[in-house]
Amino acid sequence: MNLFSNLLGRINMDAFPNDPVTIYGAIMMLGGGLTAVAAITYFKKWKWLWKEWLTSLDPKKIGVMYLVIGLLMLVRGIADALMIRVQQALASGNEGVLSNDLFQQVFSAHGTIMIFFVAMGVMFGLINLVLPLQLGARDVAFPFLNSVSFWLFAAGFALINLSLVFGEFSAAGWLAYPPLSGLEYSPGVGVDYWIWALQIAGVGSLLSGINFLVTILKMRAPGMTLTKMPMFAWSVMGSMILVIFAFPILTATLGMLSLDRLMGMHFFTSYFDGNPMMYINLIWAWGHPEVYILILPAFGIFSEVVATFSRKRLFGYMSMVWAIAAITFLSYVVWLHHFFTMGAGANVNAFFGIMTMIIAVPTGVKVFNWLFTMYRGRILFATPMLWFLGFVATFTVGGVAGVMMAVPAIDFQVHNSLFLVAHFHTMIIGGVLFGFFAGLTYWFPKIFGFKLNERLGTYAFFCWLFGFLMAFVPLYILGLMGATRRLSSYDDSLGWQGLFVVAGLGVLVILAGVGFQVLQVAYSIYKRKENMDKTGDLWNGRTLEWSVSSPAPHYNFASVPQVSERDQFWVDKNNKQTRPEKYKDFYMPKNTSLGIFIAGFSFIFGFGLIWHIWWLAAVALLGVIGSVIYRISQDETEYLISAKKLKAEAGE
Amino acid sequence: MSTKEKFALVIIFGLWFPILLFFVVGGSDISVLNPAGIIAEKQKNLILFAVLLSLIIIVPVYLLTFGIAWRYREGNKKAKYAPNWDHNKYLETVWWGVPLVLIIILSVVTFKTSHDLDPFKPIESSKKPLTIQVVALQWKWLFIYPEENIATVNYLQIPVDRPVKFEITSDAPMNSFWIPSLGSQIYAMSGMSTELNLMADRTGTYKGSSANISGRGFSSMNFDVDAVSENQYDSWLNMVNTEASNLDGEMYAKLAFPSDNNKPAYFGAVEAGLYQKVISKYTSHGSTH
Repeated sequence: MNLFSNLLGRINMDAFPNDPVTIYGAIMMLGGGLTAVAAITYFKKWKWLWKEWLTSLDPKKIGVMYLVIGLLMLVRGIADALMIRVQQALASGNEGVLSNDLFQQVFSAHGTIMIFFVAMGVMFGLINLVLPLQLGARDVAFPFLNSVSFWLFAAGFALINLSLVFGEFSAAGWLAYPPLSGLEYSPGVGVDYWIWALQIAGVGSLLSGINFLVTILKMRAPGMTLTKMPMFAWSVMGSMILVIFAFPILTATLGMLSLDRLMGMHFFTSYFDGNPMMYINLIWAWGHPEVYILILPAFGIFSEVVATFSRKRLFGYMSMVWAIAAITFLSYVVWLHHFFTMGAGANVNAFFGIMTMIIAVPTGVKVFNWLFTMYRGRILFATPMLWFLGFVATFTVGGVAGVMMAVPAIDFQVHNSLFLVAHFHTMIIGGVLFGFFAGLTYWFPKIFGFKLNERLGTYAFFCWLFGFLMAFVPLYILGLMGATRRLSSYDDSLGWQGLFVVAGLGVLVILAGVGFQVLQVAYSIYKRKENMDKTGDLWNGRTLEWSVSSPAPHYNFASVPQVSERDQFWVDKNNKQTRPEKYKDFYMPKNTSLGIFIAGFSFIFGFGLIWHIWWLAAVALLGVIGSVIYRISQDETEYLISAKKLKAEAGE
Repeated sequence: MSTKEKFALVIIFGLWFPILLFFVVGGSDISVLNPAGIIAEKQKNLILFAVLLSLIIIVPVYLLTFGIAWRYREGNKKAKYAPNWDHNKYLETVWWGVPLVLIIILSVVTFKTSHDLDPFKPIESSKKPLTIQVVALQWKWLFIYPEENIATVNYLQIPVDRPVKFEITSDAPMNSFWIPSLGSQIYAMSGMSTELNLMADRTGTYKGSSANISGRGFSSMNFDVDAVSENQYDSWLNMVNTEASNLDGEMYAKLAFPSDNNKPAYFGAVEAGLYQKVISKYTSHGSTH
């Protein structure tokens, strides 16, 4: 591997898209990006963007940036979903509209984008926006690390999108099992794009895990013991513990796969004593905690939403905490249920099957506690509450399917079928996505300062709920009819086409739901002056974020809140108790562009390794290290907010 | 939209959608629920058992959700409002305890059936099992009948009511060997041999496929399985034995070359120990890879 032997590595002109679908996708994406750049230039907003947003260490700003990327990627992920549904609805006894190779890249991109960039992105976005406020804190524990995490996530986002215009993407599924993802069967750049986008974004996630856990442990307002903090904070704590112990496994596993691919090693090959089964164990030892990383904060959001909109205390607080603890622990001991069919033997399969079933217990406990929060409450069915009801209706069914598949003998018949696909989409859409939509509609006024239009939100919800059922109930049935996942075509005589068509129509209904959501945001922005959140407490909330203005001041709290019980804000309101402001000097972090540099160099590093441009990768790595050293050497990274100034502002 | 309108919308959709699905599914074969083999039969019963057990939780959850949501909606002034009532030992015991009991029951069933339906477990029968060696290739299935000295590509014929012992490997990325009407699937992995024991209990033609992505052409790895009477099976064997093609090393290399949409093929003779050779390619050091 001569460092300078190939100045341009394996770059060649074939890297540009050469089929109509990819060309169209690339044009749409570049067009969108260029339009944004043109608009910013026209309105002369570059300086503002740089100063107010890109170099900001304010988690409220970072949170919005996560949401922007997450929701942009949702568009790409749904476009992929639409292509999958169209292909499968048409390809009954024929080849359909997409080539096999393209189709396999489409579903690999779909899964990768949805999990790593939509779900993780929106989750970290919401946590950034809400957690410090809920804890009565002014920032997260490590503000600079927070910016680095976001920008590493953005670097991964950039790599995945680059693969659409330059090169190709992985065709090995969202988890890229070897031997298929090894050098022999996937020699091109696709799997390498997949590896490095995830590796770089994954480091960002791990750093966030540490950051948010320390924030919860060390930065709660005085008097807020752990058992007085909001349930959302508990759910984030469980999720971040999972991040800390699971993401290193992903880093190591992707690292080993890249050593196989870059240096011809044999961790996961079938010969020279390599073992692909090791990859499958490791990737799922990460992968199973990953799905609980996503669902726990969604559960936390539901706890906040249900209590607020039922005007009632959350039922069974300690029981809910124990349920989170149980789910967190159990997440680590179930991973083999993703490959019962790999032949581990009856005892091993039975152990993991039983552990998997046990998780259903604390999950069910949470549902019952939410229901009894509603019981003897006075429920307002605003949009966030609708998302909760949609969750209960769908998630329980998906959960039943999960308990079924936890029985290894049943799983042998449904593994890797569309039954499995329907199950996990039910959990991720019905659970994670509905939870995040509930959170977004609930906290939107706090973030942006004005209300979202309720009627459009209701229409969006119903389209999503009905669209989801139309798209996925047929898949449960197809799975039981013997339909494997990821098929690009199937025999006409099987009679599967009707169900695929219904599923395709379901995606169109979901698209209508997305359309209503876009319309809702656009219309609400248009009408924002009439719908300002003047009090900061639009929903008659219970927790501390509702005690500040909307949007919150950049330092969150002028004086540090004093807490002595759960739902302190609600209690104070009902006792008509106001707390005197006690102003003190404090420091806030200065803006910095170093996060952007670290991520930018990481992007170039990844690009260099993907295209075998070794000298570029080496230089970029030095750039990353140099940036970190530079940051360490910086002394003045904070600025003072004086008590005098705050007092004066309050007096006006 | 008023709360009443929202509830009405849900009920209308809830009624209309299952009816649509019923018509769309029509008479199509839901293989997993319509088994033709004893393993699949046991699995179907397990599925029904698990579903019934889950209904014990699901039905109350649905009733409670929509009942509570309806009764305690803001507009209903008659309902009691107890904003600080937030714990109850007895309720907690019920919803920690009942699911736990159900899961314990299911766990016992899980342990038992993991053993009973272990793919490696031979099927009890007075008849001697038929051994078929399966090699997953790109993108076709090679079936070797070692004792009968024949081989087929993308087609299986087996006698009814006789246990079949599949020995499975791969000379390609990981695949999964699956005939849903007969029962379980199991992974086909290079350098290793997994085993699957199945038995057809009624005659018919069943569909087989690969249930794990193994590259560009994996969707076309479909094969028909004809389960026939012993007599029919014997005459079929005789017919295939007369096939001119011989599955030797050269022919195998041609088969292993990537191709998709392969039609069924038949071989009247098979090189001895071919299956073992395929596995050894990966496990011996100094392999040609």
